[in-house]
Amino acid sequence: MSPEHGAAVATALTNYVFPNDIHVLWSLMIVLYPYITGIVAGAFIVSSLYHVFHIESLKPVSRYALVFALAFLAFATVPLLNHLGHPERAMNMMLTPSPTSAMAGFGYIYSAYAVVLVLEILFIYRPTLVALKKRARGGMKLLYGILTMGSDNLSPEALRVDHKITAFLAAIGIPMACTLHGYVGFIFGGVKANPMWATPLMPVIFLLSASVSGIAGIILSYIIIRKYTNKSIDMDCIRTLIKFLWGCFILDFVFEMLELFSHAYMATHHWEALRDLYLGPLYWSFIVAQVGIFSLIPFVALGILSLVKLSDKIVMKWASILSFMILVQVLLMRWNVVIGGQLMSKSERGHAVFHPGFFTKEGILVSIIIMALPIVFLWLLSKVFPFWLDDDPAVERLSA
Amino acid sequence: MMKDIEQEISRSRRAFIKKVLGGTIAGSLLLVIPAGAMDLKSIPEQIPGMRKKKGPFVTGKKFAFIVDITRCIGCGSCCVADKNEYQVPDGNYRTWVERYVIDDEDNVYVDSPNGGLDGYQEPRKDLPYPVRDTFFVPKLCNMCEHPSCVQVCPVGATFQTEDGFVLIDYKRCVGCGYCVQACPYSVRFINPETETADKCTWCYHRVRKGLLPACVNVCPVQARKFGDLNDHESEVYKILHQPHVISVLKPGMGNKPSLHYVGLRREVV
Repeated sequence: MSPEHGAAVATALTNYVFPNDIHVLWSLMIVLYPYITGIVAGAFIVSSLYHVFHIESLKPVSRYALVFALAFLAFATVPLLNHLGHPERAMNMMLTPSPTSAMAGFGYIYSAYAVVLVLEILFIYRPTLVALKKRARGGMKLLYGILTMGSDNLSPEALRVDHKITAFLAAIGIPMACTLHGYVGFIFGGVKANPMWATPLMPVIFLLSASVSGIAGIILSYIIIRKYTNKSIDMDCIRTLIKFLWGCFILDFVFEMLELFSHAYMATHHWEALRDLYLGPLYWSFIVAQVGIFSLIPFVALGILSLVKLSDKIVMKWASILSFMILVQVLLMRWNVVIGGQLMSKSERGHAVFHPGFFTKEGILVSIIIMALPIVFLWLLSKVFPFWLDDDPAVERLSA
Repeated sequence: MMKDIEQEISRSRRAFIKKVLGGTIAGSLLLVIPAGAMDLKSIPEQIPGMRKKKGPFVTGKKFAFIVDITRCIGCGSCCVADKNEYQVPDGNYRTWVERYVIDDEDNVYVDSPNGGLDGYQEPRKDLPYPVRDTFFVPKLCNMCEHPSCVQVCPVGATFQTEDGFVLIDYKRCVGCGYCVQACPYSVRFINPETETADKCTWCYHRVRKGLLPACVNVCPVQARKFGDLNDHESEVYKILHQPHVISVLKPGMGNKPSLHYVGLRREVV
């Protein structure tokens, strides 16, 4: 037997996985959870760019981004509840939390963020809601009555107070959105037993990928909705969003690669197992798909789109394609971190395999349904909160 | 004559059936009526002083578990005892035994088919080079002094007792699986029947009644040892205070396990 052959056999034979590590416990639901919360955090940041940092060109999507964030926020806990063995005990995390648990804070951070987001939407939309209330009948009138919190006062003084409140909420919303998703990264980054997760870069990478997924989600859905409803698309807004997407993605992609590079460069005793993981079970989903196709292409193309003067038609077409690619990239990143991290057995001598089921409790079908729910809810929200300024009765009234 | 023989056969058949039926009924009754052996007092106390203690948790004791890998023969009795004690669902392991084989080229081969439950009855025949060394390593909960599972449990369902046990309150556990991810030793799993976290408890229910853990009781070569480190007469105290080669798993994790290994090899993770 040649030594080469012997080495190959040895590699195959040394694949030892601890018996309990065969089960990949956190599957598609835990892939979706940071994906959805990331979109929420990213969309909020888009809105804040206008409301706090006064990037005027983002005005057309500034309110829509908040409603978009709310639509996803409403379903962020659904995959978690579906994953829990005992969802009926989920509230124990908030009622009797263990202060040392990195997970126990999620309920509080999530709830606090939800309150800020809902209040921000209600105050920003208040003039619109008051105008809609006057037009509405029956159930809708009652609904608008509740949403306006019983106040029809649109005097300059009242609007000035509203503006102060929304500026304050948007300002505290930024650190909260960053905390929300940085914290989700920490839930993984704090697991010292898993060398792939246990890096202080994890919250940073999660936060940056959240920003890009939120911006990409806004760009893609804005273009689709405006096209579908035969409304004009504000190209200045799209161009600005693309620039922010590129900027955030540069940081995101560079940090993702730096993390990998650090592992490889330091080459601790974990590296051998990590390398086998990246070159083995994660070869297609990480090296080929996440890095090769869905990172490198948008990385270069977003740069071209941001720097080169191109026609509106080309910008719009490529903005849609690249936003879609970025959304796939972030989903792949969540998959590779959540699933990939568990494939490497803590024996550091081998890796498990994972193939998601289709009809299982946490399978592909349920995942598709969960990802569709925020989109359906967004459609419902559109019936209550006009997304755009051009179909806002308050704007019509004020301009008239 | 022929008729007599047939009658005799028929009579013995009836008698045979009667005996079988009688035996079956008697056997069934034995299962239903508590046997004398169930009375705890008739079993000698294996851990001195435990039965005098009141309350569910014990204070003033510091328990330790020692696995002597120079003794383990890989028979799998401990795994069988454990599975019987807890009805552990197939594919999940509260304890398991790993087989290490090192060849002349310094390749390390590890396996643990069915967690070692069937015992290692045949040597590995699939290795390319001559074997230099082989040994077995039983694994179970490390009962860490600084347990990651207790740290990460969001609802406090996993907790630490004063006597050094890390236990799970199955009525509080939400089944999130964070403890499973956090355990450096992969001793935890989500029990598919209860949908809660589960793991080795060092047989706390037995220990509380002065009995040794089931796996310690059945080990034919005394590779598994259990006792109170505050009792200077205990075997575990003596082993840990004599010049043995003793280590713990993954010391770099900082979890400070109370599970110690005699003769632990550097190849063992």
